[in-house]
Amino acid sequence: MKIPNFQFMANCKKFFIISAVLAIVILAATAVIGVDLDIQFSGGAIITYSYQGEIEAAEFARMAGELTGVNVSVQQSTDLASGIETLVISLPGAMSLTNDEMVRLDSGLIAAFPENAIQTESITNVSATMGGEFLAKCLVALGFASLLMIIYIAFRFKQIGGLSAGVMSVIGLVHDVLVVFGVHVLFGIPISGNFIAVVLAILGYSINDTIIVYDRIRENKKLFGDKLSLSDLVDRSINQSLRRTVNTTISTVAALAVVAIVAFIFNVDTILTFAFPLMVGLLSGVYSTIFIAGPLWVRWRERASALSA
Amino acid sequence: MKKVGKPVFFIVALLIFALTALSFTGIYTQYGDITTTHIKGVQDVRWGIDIRGGVDVTFFPSGDYQATSAEMVAAEAVIRQRLLVQNITDYELYPDHDRNRIILRFPWRADEVDFNPIRAIEELGATAMLTFREGVEVDEYLRPAGHTAENIVLTGSDVASARADMIQNEFGVTEFVVDLVLHESGRQAFSEATGRMIGQQISIWMDDDMLSAPVVRSHLTDGRATISGDFTAEEAGRLADQITGGALPFSLETDNYNTISPTLGMGALQAMVLAGVIAFALISLYMVFQYRASGFVAVIGLVGQLGLMIAAVTGFFPFVPSFVLTLPGIAGIILSIAMGVDANIITAERIREELYQGKTLDGAVASGYRRAFTAIFDGNITVIIVAVILMGAFGPSGSLFASMLRPVFFMFGPTTAGAIYSFGYTLLVGVIANFVMGVFACRLMQRSLCRIGPMRNPWLFGGAR
Repeated sequence: MKIPNFQFMANCKKFFIISAVLAIVILAATAVIGVDLDIQFSGGAIITYSYQGEIEAAEFARMAGELTGVNVSVQQSTDLASGIETLVISLPGAMSLTNDEMVRLDSGLIAAFPENAIQTESITNVSATMGGEFLAKCLVALGFASLLMIIYIAFRFKQIGGLSAGVMSVIGLVHDVLVVFGVHVLFGIPISGNFIAVVLAILGYSINDTIIVYDRIRENKKLFGDKLSLSDLVDRSINQSLRRTVNTTISTVAALAVVAIVAFIFNVDTILTFAFPLMVGLLSGVYSTIFIAGPLWVRWRERASALSA
Repeated sequence: MKKVGKPVFFIVALLIFALTALSFTGIYTQYGDITTTHIKGVQDVRWGIDIRGGVDVTFFPSGDYQATSAEMVAAEAVIRQRLLVQNITDYELYPDHDRNRIILRFPWRADEVDFNPIRAIEELGATAMLTFREGVEVDEYLRPAGHTAENIVLTGSDVASARADMIQNEFGVTEFVVDLVLHESGRQAFSEATGRMIGQQISIWMDDDMLSAPVVRSHLTDGRATISGDFTAEEAGRLADQITGGALPFSLETDNYNTISPTLGMGALQAMVLAGVIAFALISLYMVFQYRASGFVAVIGLVGQLGLMIAAVTGFFPFVPSFVLTLPGIAGIILSIAMGVDANIITAERIREELYQGKTLDGAVASGYRRAFTAIFDGNITVIIVAVILMGAFGPSGSLFASMLRPVFFMFGPTTAGAIYSFGYTLLVGVIANFVMGVFACRLMQRSLCRIGPMRNPWLFGGAR
């Protein structure tokens, strides 16, 4: 059997530069385009009505604006999964409605368009305080999960300098989270609870990828001791696990691609905004494992031993 | 290591298929019109409100009223009573006493045709109308009628307090009762009514529903009364809370709620199921194509993993309660299947390497599983860490994981992200199922399979032809 023999370490500077450029592009894009915070976090109201027959969206928006006293935006669309024609009202800013205001809007619209059998399909109505609290809680969950990962890896990979391994894998994670964030910014997907679920899933997966390489390093270290240089050790370990990495990536990415495509065809937004960023995040996870976490770890260890020597 | 017999492969595979088939179909017996569920199947899955439609709402007292804990408990009792009247039993209610909030989630009833979430929320949060009425005359809908409808003795604002209590009656038997204390405003009317109605019933109503109808035993002049009636401790507590709820000086308001109609959610569900089937078929083909016999065994293991996960969601095992499955929950199932695929690929690659290093088939399979295990173990533990954090952070405040993580999330109240909680649960269950199936069951099958005559071909396990 031929084990591939790619020189990852020799080229690591190029990979670092690629990632750095990517990070700068994402941050620049964020500054230019801005982040779209979902109303789950920012607070706000989106109300979906179904209707029959013909309705002028502009007329509907004018009526809804009169009933709520603010300028609302209205989008007309068709829910492909169920074949229902819908009008989606969004309130400006982080404004949410109390139930009394909602009753006025609802009964007012039904009265204004008696021919169209208007029905409330879904309401998302989040007060700004609740949204902010949810976001803060999500961020604490993320930070705490990362901390536990570092501790766990430091403990499990003592033989190969656990703490540095833990820190490097988390740097790989930051890379992946940044990419997932970039996908949201570039494709205009609002940052919502789904984003948190994707990031946490990526956390688990990217770490899993990294661990499989570290596991090989740990094993090779036991086999070869100090006979191999650190760079050769890491190159060898990455190459040995390369077939696994490729095959796993193909199957998981294919599965997620199917989910994303079906969600796209049936217009199921909640799933699409989950599956697509996750798919990109998985690819980034593989990249960061092979090209960032491993080489960076070597650099750190070499620097550390040079300092102590 | 002990050798594994040839029949083991067939026994394990058969068990896996039986388990998975059962977890989907369940076992039901029908006697006349009554169907008895012995083992729960897919049709018993409790879909989240993002799939079958429903309401997710956070109530707080209106007008910035600073309610006490006892008042919030009473407000909860009012909501429970109203849900009961509407025949909604499958609801989740989480009080958050620190922040004076009540989080409520409930699905639409299966037979509900007129979905009006706004009215439902308004009705649940409205100020409770508590009344004490003369007699127990009701109409065909069990609403107050005739004399009872016209003669109101007391209303909620006349009640100062209602408390469950335990007393010893004249026979020395312990009884649970409700102690009632009235405000000055109600004392006169109550004294007059009890003096006139000894031996007759006074009925207690919330909105249009009768809570209790005690018989007047004596003339009560001091504004205190004791309601007894063979209550259990729980019943007495509930009645006391309901009466207190009817005396609350505030209604419940909300500016934070989500609702979805069943039609939108069911469409999304069908799309997800379709995607799941296609993805599973693709992965199976790829595994068999890439890893031959190892891939074949892996697919059986994946089927078993799927079966275990379905079982953990439906309440198939008596010791695992059924779980609300949301769309992210389904995503969690798909992700853990992917984790299972990864475990199988790591193992199959290891076996392949061992074969190329000149090991015998038996030896290669045994050491392949042994060497792959540490990587699979470490990778899965980190996913478990993520799953536990998700469940602790976004689950109900009383749960095990939430209590464990209390020191981390102490400054936050319970959150309404039931969807993310479901994701954490399926991920956790999936990883455990992966250990059982992808690691343990697959190893048994593989080690047995490679001893069966025609299968003793290293090529089938990834070796050279």
